Amino acid sequence: MMQDWANWGIETAKLRGATYADARVMDIRQRDISTKNGEVGNLMETETLGIGIRVVASGAWGFASTDRLTREGVQACAAQAVAIAKASALARRKNVALAPEQAHVDTWQNPYLKDPFRIAVERQIDLLLAADKDMRRVKGVTLAEGSMSFRRIDQLFVSSTGSSIHQLKMQSGAGMVATSYAGSEIQKRSYPNSFGGQHTLQGYELIESLDLVGHAQRTGEEAVALHSAAQCPEGTGTIILGASQLSLQIHESIGHPIELDRVLGQEANFAGMSFLTVDKLRKLQYGSEIVNVVADARLAHGPGLGTFAYDDEGVPAQCTPIITNGLFTGYLSNRETAAAIGETRSSGTMRTESWNRLPIIRMTNVSLNPGTWNYEDLIADTDDAILMETNRSWSIDDRRYQFQFSTEIGWEIKNGKIARMIKNPSYSGITTEFWNNCNAICSRDHWTLWGTPNCGKGQPMQTMGTGHGAAPARFGNIKLGAAFAK
Amino acid sequence: MIRVPARAKSKITALRRSASPDGARFTSADLEKIAERILKFSDARETEVEISSTTDALTRFANNTIHQNVAEHTLQVSVRAVVDGRTARAATNKTDDESLRRVCAAAARLAKNQPEYPELLPMLGPQKYQKTVRFFAATAEATPQDRARAVARVCKMAEKSKQIAAGIFSTGEVQSVLANSKGLVARNEETDAEFSVTILEPNSSGWAKANSPDVQEIQPDALAAVASRKSSDSRSPREVPPGHYTTILEPSAVLDLVGFLFYDFAGTAVLDKRSCFNDRMGKKLFGDNISIWDDVYHPLQAGPPYDGEGYPRHKVLLVDRGVPKNLVYARATARKMKSKPTGHGFALPNEYGEAPMNLVFSGGDKSVDDMIRSTERGILVTRLWYIREVDPYAKVLTGMTRDGTFLVENGRVAGGIRNFRFNQNILEMLSNVEMLGPAARAAGEESFEMVVPAMKVRDFHFSEVTKF
Repeated sequence: MMQDWANWGIETAKLRGATYADARVMDIRQRDISTKNGEVGNLMETETLGIGIRVVASGAWGFASTDRLTREGVQACAAQAVAIAKASALARRKNVALAPEQAHVDTWQNPYLKDPFRIAVERQIDLLLAADKDMRRVKGVTLAEGSMSFRRIDQLFVSSTGSSIHQLKMQSGAGMVATSYAGSEIQKRSYPNSFGGQHTLQGYELIESLDLVGHAQRTGEEAVALHSAAQCPEGTGTIILGASQLSLQIHESIGHPIELDRVLGQEANFAGMSFLTVDKLRKLQYGSEIVNVVADARLAHGPGLGTFAYDDEGVPAQCTPIITNGLFTGYLSNRETAAAIGETRSSGTMRTESWNRLPIIRMTNVSLNPGTWNYEDLIADTDDAILMETNRSWSIDDRRYQFQFSTEIGWEIKNGKIARMIKNPSYSGITTEFWNNCNAICSRDHWTLWGTPNCGKGQPMQTMGTGHGAAPARFGNIKLGAAFAK
Repeated sequence: MIRVPARAKSKITALRRSASPDGARFTSADLEKIAERILKFSDARETEVEISSTTDALTRFANNTIHQNVAEHTLQVSVRAVVDGRTARAATNKTDDESLRRVCAAAARLAKNQPEYPELLPMLGPQKYQKTVRFFAATAEATPQDRARAVARVCKMAEKSKQIAAGIFSTGEVQSVLANSKGLVARNEETDAEFSVTILEPNSSGWAKANSPDVQEIQPDALAAVASRKSSDSRSPREVPPGHYTTILEPSAVLDLVGFLFYDFAGTAVLDKRSCFNDRMGKKLFGDNISIWDDVYHPLQAGPPYDGEGYPRHKVLLVDRGVPKNLVYARATARKMKSKPTGHGFALPNEYGEAPMNLVFSGGDKSVDDMIRSTERGILVTRLWYIREVDPYAKVLTGMTRDGTFLVENGRVAGGIRNFRFNQNILEMLSNVEMLGPAARAAGEESFEMVVPAMKVRDFHFSEVTKF
């Protein structure tokens, strides 16, 4: 039926005067489980099925969506999309122009070993409750939380230019948090990451690989120990960022500024713009020479939340060099913005949260390529630094220059050895200065493709999962401790 | 400086309308019929059904042209089953018999597969609700042409001023019904309209935004004029060193800061020891000029008059002249904390309990201009951005200023300045409020709409400055 629904939409749009039309039918199933202090918190399954139809008519864009999947419902939706496009033409400066893309007819599914929806809910709850119990065994843990989420996306893309692409994606994620309130302080530790843990394009095998129970006690102990740790110093110094914190640094200070819709002003009212104006392409020294970043949606990059075969505009997954030996070399684009800056092809980054939302430019897997350092050698090579792990707060200005991050935990490094624990670690800086201060990146042995499941962008707001590969890396001349300065 | 729309002139048309010709819209009666079918299909001991039908449209513009223009209709049918002292939820957007039977079965299956929850309370029976009127036909019937014409005027105005406009104009409606097998039926319908505009110049920008259930209260041209003036007034911004400044926060900036307090007022947050009010209830925390209510019935507020279980929402005094007095409670939280439910619970099952979603601050009688005139040296902030919690107990927040940040000197706006990063303890900020404006329905980006005043505060901590 998916093909019929899409065809009805495309045919009606063309009959109503659309010069281009595409349709996305998406059938999404989700399971969310959470536990808190020994009890089940949330337990919910959701399914949603519908169609979104995007058209160009009178030289302008229109989009409408519906979950009324009768012939009349889909045709009404397509007609509405065309009517909206014609209304858009009331404030049109020039006609929509798209970079060329050939038609693709294909089917793709991400590989996974264990369908999480076929694993008994009871077993999933038992795992979270076992980890919860072990966290709460630690005296001083005042709140233990765990969560799992699974998402199966079955989608068909059809365009008026002949594409018909069926993709099936399976996502899994899980994590846990121990919180400790004592005196006048709340401290917490998350495993394996904040933002609900680790999330990838995999099946239940991801959850089993995380070994939540095996890490629960340590997670709780660190949350409690933070109360008596030394405060992060203020000043300027060297930091080593753990891979998960670095993945968020990449997300905020590389991933967002390279979105070409931001650069061209389309997000000016909400998400903001970017300091990476088009005159900086292939000219700006974004980072030091060891910094190499790619936006890679291909499966070969790994099972990231930004992995697919085709984007939601029917463009095949690609690997775009974003920073090459420190030089800024590429944007995330779609067919419209690529054409606007004279590129011959979209970089394939149009993605939509669900059938009811318009695809927009989103990060795929924006990753820092591994360096050469062994982690132990990097620590041994460092005289005086703070190792910061697991994000706690994050903020960056609307052009992506000035940022401030704090992490859950830090460790003082003295004379090549990890010394005492540090609480409330924070650092701040200017994006290009920060990346030009990168002086060591660990090797592939220490590289992880982290999933960020909660990236918000667009109006109406869409939440999207993105992937970010990173290995621990060292940065010099960094401002420390500003977040907690009086 | 955003004008609060006068609501008095609006005419209310709360007539239930029949489904539109394309059949996409549902009436409350349609939703109740779906709920009745589900309650018949379910064989759980207790069943709760929440159904919402949402129609939204949004016209988005940038570079003085419409670049996105969308409409969506979504239906959500959500079923909660109670089986042997356990509960779980399943949801679908399909309404055929097979799908509805399947969603009932899924909720029951999920419920059975978990440990018993001894504190689960029986579902509520029929309740009485105070009437609220938040459905405006003019909003529900706004067309793409209506929005495009307003946007075209704003874009033309910007072009004429050699400026660039970007923003959104949205309209929408939601019909919802909550029903359960104990006979409870709660209905809500409301509309929402929003216009937000950023006006850009080569090295400056200005912003304004308004939100109302009644689209007739939204004045796109006036809002664009405010944003345009802020942009031109902040041309060639100078760099001012970071530090502690007397700061005038317009209502949108106040909203996005104080919005971070809302969950701290949840009984569950205190039980879980993650509220900044842990061990601080009844103690003087803020200035005498700060009182805060949760009041869904306030004329500038929005939302249904009942909570996720159908319990009627109560007006709650949260902070009385600087002293946190009361929390809000879902039914189960109230039992645990030996208090009374206040009608602020989230739909079950959930781990967060409840929250006040309709904060209303006490205001004052000073205008932003009064605040500027009384300031020897300070900062005027239009809007804040990317605010995140640095310290959950001290309640230190960080974020950036954006789209209209000005230096005030000798009682006058002395020009635009480069944007600051702040790291500010919000509890201290609310102790340092020197002047308050009238409480207004403010719209920001970090928080849902609340009724808050502009504030002039002492010693606001700007820690770093950015490059624009």
